[in-house]
Amino acid sequence: MMEGSLTARAVKKIAHDKLALASLAIIVIYCIIALGASFNLIAVNHARTAGPEYTPPCGQFLFGTDFLGRDVLQRVVHGTKIAMSVGLFTTLIAVPIGIFFGALAGYYRRRVDEIIVWFYSTLDSIPNLLLLLALTLILGKGLTAVYIALGLTSWVGICRIVRAEFIKQKEMDYVQSARALGAGNVRIMVLHILPNVFHLILINVSLLFVAAIKFEVILSYLGVGAQGEPSWGVMISDARLELLGRGVYWQLLAATLAMFIIILALNIFADALRDAFDPRVSNKK
Amino acid sequence: MAAYIVRRMFYMIPLLLGVTAVVFLLFNVVGGNPAYQILGKNASQEEVRQLEHQLGLDRPLVVQYFDYLRQLVCFDFGRSWATKQKISTMIREGLVPSLSLTVPSFVIGSILSVLLSLVVAFYRNRLWDRIIVILCVMGMSISILVYIIAGQYYLSFAFGLFPISGWEPGLKGIPFLVLPAGIWIIVGLGSDVRFYRTVILDQTGKEYVLTARAKGVSERLVMLKHVLKNAMIPIVASMTMALPFLFTGSLLLESFFGIPGLGNMSINAINASDFPVIKAVTFFGAFLYMAANLLGDILYRLFDPRIRLE
Repeated sequence: MMEGSLTARAVKKIAHDKLALASLAIIVIYCIIALGASFNLIAVNHARTAGPEYTPPCGQFLFGTDFLGRDVLQRVVHGTKIAMSVGLFTTLIAVPIGIFFGALAGYYRRRVDEIIVWFYSTLDSIPNLLLLLALTLILGKGLTAVYIALGLTSWVGICRIVRAEFIKQKEMDYVQSARALGAGNVRIMVLHILPNVFHLILINVSLLFVAAIKFEVILSYLGVGAQGEPSWGVMISDARLELLGRGVYWQLLAATLAMFIIILALNIFADALRDAFDPRVSNKK
Repeated sequence: MAAYIVRRMFYMIPLLLGVTAVVFLLFNVVGGNPAYQILGKNASQEEVRQLEHQLGLDRPLVVQYFDYLRQLVCFDFGRSWATKQKISTMIREGLVPSLSLTVPSFVIGSILSVLLSLVVAFYRNRLWDRIIVILCVMGMSISILVYIIAGQYYLSFAFGLFPISGWEPGLKGIPFLVLPAGIWIIVGLGSDVRFYRTVILDQTGKEYVLTARAKGVSERLVMLKHVLKNAMIPIVASMTMALPFLFTGSLLLESFFGIPGLGNMSINAINASDFPVIKAVTFFGAFLYMAANLLGDILYRLFDPRIRLE
């Protein structure tokens, strides 16, 4: 089957899937919010006292204020920026590494394959959260360390998938034809095989985002992530004290809701992508 | 079979060497001078040098690495910098509280998720299927931190259903474990049910299922007898991969609920930059992961005669 037709069918399928479109819209909105916050267009006063402490949600403060009187909504928006940036940077680090090693291993096999498989099996066997915490401990606290730590630990899944696909695709007729026409190894890998595994990478990127956002929240909660600015993890950490001390729930609710919506959307979108690109599913309709 | 197991165990050696290399690189090479970590930034040169000598840090890295390997072979993880206890003792003592939380959670959670996925697969593409699958995805989209904080506040603190935190050996400890175990189960349930559902639905399209239906076997019996039997192979294999985490415990649950297990120990070690303990727990976890991998492959071979691994 030609990739063009598969992609076209997938796009058409997603265009008809209301749930998938809704989740895509949510993802786009989150990206816009994150961009807005990055360029200081919105939520500029997230660190400033905006009103009395512990104001419950009202017209002026949609999600109330926290224990220092800061606007929780602005904090959530800033947290959105952090969450999306963590997803983005993790992807930017992990995907190229995963594709590079996966393609090499799957295409060349033999020694190269053995070494790469050994390398990622080694990394994979170290407990994830522990490795992340150890890395941030060593790189120092802060978001940069979180980006790097998450990027360096989450390429294994993509590498596995790319490798498996390259092994399969390598034997196909179109690769043989390309080789017969005199295409070199790099050309075959990049121009011929890679476009055929692209959809698998795309599905994985949305799941990578999910994992990255979840881990950032935990790392920031534990105090090794975002420093001095509100990420959802920091907010949950503050909110815990507010809840235990005074039964103030709105900061917890706001951070949870913000995280819940984007992760739900990413999960649903990944499912829709998987269904859309699965020839077994699309042939039925 | 025996030859296969032996071969696979030999394959673990390069992996374990890899893990030790990564751990060693992280903590002994990149991680900066541990002497400063222990003594603080204001230590005098003389103090640092003394401690370096005491810890053997003034020797060449290669020597240190082989020394580290030699210790591991003897299951000697050294002593904690923070508590000065022997780490092997700490691990042994931490295992019981960890297992008392994780084993019941794992057993109940596994049974629940298999049952739920059977129900979902039975009603595939109908209302109940949709509802449960959506609930699963929703459950997966909430951070474990929120389950813990909200559960602890509303169920334990406000309504007083459970003790807020703590741990006791034996049956008296059960009330302490109900909430953390419940959270463990809920957090894992969503992805498990979704995965098992896919595995089960993969089977329902197979020819043997068609044959069974053609013979007039009821749908319920087809599910319970024919489909489940075949779907159990990947399901059991994925459960095997959860086994290492039973031993290493849960970092977050244990620290929030004050369960003195290995997860709690790891968090404390990280907070205190207690490198020997972190190194030991990391190695322990990686070793268990590999063992579980091996066990999973062996089970695959035992239960699925079609698979002939090299």
